[in-house]
Amino acid sequence: MTRVVLLGGGVGGSMVSNQLARQLKSEILRGEVEITVINESEIHVYQPYFLYMAFDQVVPTEAKRPERRVINYLIKLVVGHAERVDREANAVVMGDGTRISYDYLVIATGSRPAPETIPGLVEGGHIFYTEEGALKLRDALADFKGGRIVVTVGVPHKCPVAPVEFTLMVRDWLNSRGMESSEVLYTYPIGRLHSLEPLADWASDVFQERNIDSRTFFNTETVDPDNKTITSLEGETVSYDLLVAIPPHMGQDVIKRSELGDGGNWIPTDRYSLQMAGTDNIYVLGDATNLPISKAGSTAHFEADVVSSNLINRIRGGRGSIRYDGKVFCFIEAGNDEATYIKFDYQHPPKPQAPTEMIHLYKLAFNKMYWLSAAGIL
Amino acid sequence: MADAKVVDARGSFCPGPLMELIKGIRQEPVGTVLEVWSSDRGSAKDIPEWVARAGHEVVGNVEEDGIFKVQVKKMK
Repeated sequence: MTRVVLLGGGVGGSMVSNQLARQLKSEILRGEVEITVINESEIHVYQPYFLYMAFDQVVPTEAKRPERRVINYLIKLVVGHAERVDREANAVVMGDGTRISYDYLVIATGSRPAPETIPGLVEGGHIFYTEEGALKLRDALADFKGGRIVVTVGVPHKCPVAPVEFTLMVRDWLNSRGMESSEVLYTYPIGRLHSLEPLADWASDVFQERNIDSRTFFNTETVDPDNKTITSLEGETVSYDLLVAIPPHMGQDVIKRSELGDGGNWIPTDRYSLQMAGTDNIYVLGDATNLPISKAGSTAHFEADVVSSNLINRIRGGRGSIRYDGKVFCFIEAGNDEATYIKFDYQHPPKPQAPTEMIHLYKLAFNKMYWLSAAGIL
Repeated sequence: MADAKVVDARGSFCPGPLMELIKGIRQEPVGTVLEVWSSDRGSAKDIPEWVARAGHEVVGNVEEDGIFKVQVKKMK
């Protein structure tokens, strides 16, 4: 029997396991293949909804489904804490000591915001990259009486367009509540407003048009919650009335405990095969890799197609030669009920499109259709 | 160029080579030399610009077969 174990049941883990289960149905029913998903929680969360939760447009129940209902009935689901990966024994060791052996391991553990890496941020700032954080921010926005909202962006972070989206949406939110005179200040780590140059150029025009201030080359190093200021490692200090941070992210602690990652718990991964560097039977996808591409659900989506195709091919005697081309596709909410999108890969830079209401409506529709993506259908 | 920890950011449009360098600098100890590989000509200019602002040091900057390789030493 060939045992495939997926560590992580988020976007990447669910998509790969569902694609495997559908296409290897005969082998699974004959007892030749077994697919197991290990997930920390029994709940699957659609994380892009956190942005909308911060503006009270979505409540948490709308973002959640039981993982058991997300993955195919042929897949074994283990809900529990994975302590570490034992590469020598080809097994995942669970917190209770149980060992789950694999022939192929797919690591899709994602990433987490790490606000604790910036002194003062936990006490002084808000984040919308977790459910708890988004709800606290929702309440803080409801109580906000005006002043300066600072949106500061750390490195690395997932969903690279979310900070720009939040900034445009919060400006819109303030204006619609009669707080046009309140300031919105956006800070970004490099010398433009976004790493994607076309998006940065577009944001530059829109920020000016909508009265949004910005600072570039600004990497927040410390937050002073008492004086309500943030200071960058480049030496600049700005004050805030409400601080919204997109904190630096890290890979999950199970990667550290397993000694599979670098200093940020990111796993060295071959950019084309998506195999963990130096291994043959471990694949990595989504935020967990150290690849220089966007940490986003769409990245995991396109990588999932490659990983599942290669696993099916290898299980059936092939060599698993399909290569990932670096493809990423992201919607971008532009405020004012409009949205745009970008797509790019290792060879082709993104080309900007003008925002339209239609793309905004499609994005809203995709939020509902996400569950078909997780099912490996869309 | 000196021995360095390679940050392979070829073909990276988002987050891009400079963001990959900042990520690398954040997670490595002082004294580490990182070598960013970029297929974007702009990196040869914008990486040194940030490095100067951040108080680190460029210790190498070459082009080899269309790949721009910038070495940066973490100073603080």
